Amino acid sequence: MSLLDIDDLVVEYPGKGWRRAPFRALKGVSLSIGTGETLGLVGESGSGKTTLGRAVLGLAPVSGGTIRYDGRVISTLNRAQRRALSDEIQVVFQDPYTSLNPAMTVEDILTEPLLVTGVSRVEAERRVRDLLDQVRLPADAGQRLPREFSGGQRQRIAIARALSRDPRLIVCDEPVSALDLSTQSRVLDLFIEIQERTGVAYLFITHDLAVVRHISHRVAVMYRGEIVETGDAATVTQNPEHPYTRRLLLAAPVPDPERQARRRAERLALLEGRA
Amino acid sequence: MSERRQGLTRRLLRDPVAIVCLAVLGLIVLASVLAPLLASHDPNTSSLQDTLAPPSGDHPLGADGVGRDVLARLLYGGRTSLLGALVAVAVAVALGVPTGLIAGYYRRGFDAVASWTANLLMAIPAIVVLLVVLAVVGQNMYLAMVVFGLLMAPGVYRLIRASVTSVREELYVDAARVSGLGDARIMRRHILPVVIAPTVIQAAQMFGLAIVIQSGLEFLGLGSASEASWGAMLNDAFANIYTKPILLLWPGLAVALTVAAFGLLGNALRDALNGSRRASNKAPAPTTPAAMAGPAIHIDGDELLVVRDLRVAYDQEVVGGVSLAVRRGEVLGLVGESGSGKTQTAFAILGLLPPEARVSSGQLLFDGQQLSRAAVPKLRGRRIAYVPQEPMSNLDPSFRIGAQLTEPMRRHLKLSRAAARRKALDLLARVGIEDPERVYSSYPHQISGGMAQRVLIAGAVSCDPDLLIADEPTTALDVTVQAEVLDLMRSLQSERRMGMILVTHNFGVVADICDRVAVMQTGQIVESAPVAELFANPQHPYTRMLLDSTLEDSAPRTRQEEMA
Repeated sequence: MSLLDIDDLVVEYPGKGWRRAPFRALKGVSLSIGTGETLGLVGESGSGKTTLGRAVLGLAPVSGGTIRYDGRVISTLNRAQRRALSDEIQVVFQDPYTSLNPAMTVEDILTEPLLVTGVSRVEAERRVRDLLDQVRLPADAGQRLPREFSGGQRQRIAIARALSRDPRLIVCDEPVSALDLSTQSRVLDLFIEIQERTGVAYLFITHDLAVVRHISHRVAVMYRGEIVETGDAATVTQNPEHPYTRRLLLAAPVPDPERQARRRAERLALLEGRA
Repeated sequence: MSERRQGLTRRLLRDPVAIVCLAVLGLIVLASVLAPLLASHDPNTSSLQDTLAPPSGDHPLGADGVGRDVLARLLYGGRTSLLGALVAVAVAVALGVPTGLIAGYYRRGFDAVASWTANLLMAIPAIVVLLVVLAVVGQNMYLAMVVFGLLMAPGVYRLIRASVTSVREELYVDAARVSGLGDARIMRRHILPVVIAPTVIQAAQMFGLAIVIQSGLEFLGLGSASEASWGAMLNDAFANIYTKPILLLWPGLAVALTVAAFGLLGNALRDALNGSRRASNKAPAPTTPAAMAGPAIHIDGDELLVVRDLRVAYDQEVVGGVSLAVRRGEVLGLVGESGSGKTQTAFAILGLLPPEARVSSGQLLFDGQQLSRAAVPKLRGRRIAYVPQEPMSNLDPSFRIGAQLTEPMRRHLKLSRAAARRKALDLLARVGIEDPERVYSSYPHQISGGMAQRVLIAGAVSCDPDLLIADEPTTALDVTVQAEVLDLMRSLQSERRMGMILVTHNFGVVADICDRVAVMQTGQIVESAPVAELFANPQHPYTRMLLDSTLEDSAPRTRQEEMA
C-alpha cells in the first residue's frame, strides 16, 4: 500500500467578485507516493503543481476527490485534526526569504514545532543542535537571524524545520529554484542523503526537468490542472510519450552548444509538425 | 524579536525630533501625575479677592476669572486630558486590534460583518454623536471619551486587518500551520509582532486627536464642572479675553504642545520603522579585491563596445577591473552566480547604477569612439538598448502598452504619432504577438509574462540599437516560453547584426545563444573564451566547478539505483 494516495482530486478557488464562476485549479488529479519514494511533479507556472502540494498540506480548499495518507482520508479533516498530522507531513517552500520569520532566531524557528508537542525546552534545544548538524550548519547558527544567512543556508534551515518532527512525507515546493547552480546541487544531494538515511518520502514540485531527473524515482507531468504523463524518471525525462512533455523536454536548453543546436532543431521540427 | 525591538528603540533615540517629543511628553505626564505635590492650591477653590490676579508668589501664573489658581488648574487639567485621551485610545485599541486580527486571519463571515460595521461607524459624524451622548447622559467626559474611542476603533480595525491580510500570505505563516501550531499561537508568535508597530504609531496619532476633541467639548462647556481641564480653562479664558488675554496662553500651549508632540512622535516612529527595512539585505561582498585585471582582450578594430578596467564600488568593491569587448553581430554571455557582479557590470555599462555607486573605468570605446560616462545616457534607448529580467515590473501599470512603445520612438526617431503607431504594430507582429492591435491597446496586467517580455524586446529594438544588453531576460519565464524568447532574440540579433551582452546564470541559455562567454566570480572575469571552446575545455577551476554543478547530464535516479 502506498503512503499517499490522491484520487480524482478537484480544487476550486472561489471566483473574484459576485457570482463569478470559481477557478478550477485541479481537474481530477490522481497520484500515489510510496514510502521512502520521491515523486517529482513537473509543470509550468499555472499548471496547478503548487496547488496540489498545498492541498496535500491542507492549505488549499478540496472540493472533490480524496487524499488518503496511510490509508486514512485526510482531505476532509478540520483544523484541529489536521494539526495532529504535523508529525507525519511537513513542507519545504520555494522562497527561503519569506518562509522563515525574519524576526525570529533560527533556534526559535526550529524549536517552535517541537515545543507545541510538549517537548521540554532543554530537549528541544538538544534536538536543534542535532538538526543543524544534519543539514551541515554550524552549531552556533541557532543564535542568529535568518537574514544573516545566504539563500542556500536558509533553505537548509527550512529543511531542518521540516525534519524536526521526523515526518514520513515532505512536500518540497520548488525548494532549489531560487538557489545558485552550485548551491542547488549541494542542497539536492542533502535531500537525497536525508532520504536514504531516514526513509522519508518526497513530493518534489519543480519546473526544472533536470532537477526532477536528479532527485526523483518517479515523475508526474502536470499541464493545466491535469496529470498528462506519469512514469519512472528515466522514461519520462528522456523518452516522454505525451507531446506536452516532449515539448517541455526539448525547450530546456542543454549546457553543450552542439547538442543544444540539435535539440533546438528538433524542437522547431516538432512545432512545425504540429502547426 | 527582541533584537529588532532594540534596533527600533535605538534608531528612535537617534532622531532628535523623537527625543524632544519624548522629553516634552514625559514632562507633561510627570507634572500631571505629581499635580498634588506641585500645586499649592486646590484647582477648584475660587477666591473672589484673587479674581484675575496677576502672577505672584502665591499664584505663579496668576488666577482666573473666578479666582482659581491657574497653575493648579493647568496641572490637574493635564490629568483630566491625558486620562480622557487614554480612555479613548484604550477603547479604540481594545476593540480594533482583536477584531482586526480575527477578520484579517479568518476572513469570510466575520470579516464581512466586521468590515460592514466599521464602514458604518466611520460614516457617522463623531462630533454630533458626542454632543448627543453628553446631552443625554449629562456631563461625563470619560463616558464621552469611551464613545469617541468606539468611533475611532474602525480606523484601528482597518489598519490591523490590512497588515494581517498581508502577513498571512507569507510562507512562514503557512509553514507554522504545517508545523502543527494552533491559530492562537500563530497569531501571538507570527502575526501580532508585525502589527504592533503600526498600532503604536496609530495610537500616538489618536492620542493627539482625542485631546483636541476633548478640549473642544470642554471648551463648549460640556465637561464636568467639578474637574479642572484644559478645555474648561480655555472656556474661562475666552470669557475674559479682553481683560486678561494671557489666560488663553497656558491651556492653549499645553494642548498644542501635547498634540504636536504626539503627532511628531508618530512620524518619528514611522521613520524609524522604515529605516529597519532599508538596512537589511546587502549583497555578499567580494572576498578578493586582487589587482588581477582578468584575461587580456584582443582588439582588431571591429569592436562595437570595448570596456577596460571597469570598477564599481559601494562600501566594498563589487566589480574589480573588468575588461570586455563585443563585436558587431556577436553575442557575449556574462555568466556567474549571484553576487559575482555580472548585473553590476551590465548596469555600469548602461550607466544605470544608483547614485551611491562609485564607478570608474579606464576606457570605454563605443563604435570606435572614445566615450565619456556622461555621454552614455544620450545613447541609451537609441543606440544601446536594454532588456530586463522582470518584464512585469518594467512596464508602467498605468499606461497602455502602445503608449509605452511609441513614446521612445517619437522622442528618439522624431516619428509622428501615426508613424510611431504603425511601427509599433509592425514590431509587435515581428516579436510574434498574434494580435498586435489588442496588445497595443492593453494594459500590462492584461498580458502574460512571456508576452510582456516580447513587448519589452520590441521596445528595445524599436530605435534600431547597435548594442542590446539583456539582464537574465528569460529567468522569470517558463522553459517553453524561454525557448521561444531565445529564438526571437537570436533572430532579431542576426537580422540586425546587433552586438549583444547577455547576463545569465544558466549555461543552457549560454550554449543556446552565445558566441563568446565571460565567466565572472567575485567581481572579476576569470575566464573568457568562444562558446564551443569554453564548454569543451574549461580552463579555470571555477568554470569547471560551475559546469560540473549542472544537472542536465546527471543520470536519472531510478537508473542509478538499478545499477547499484
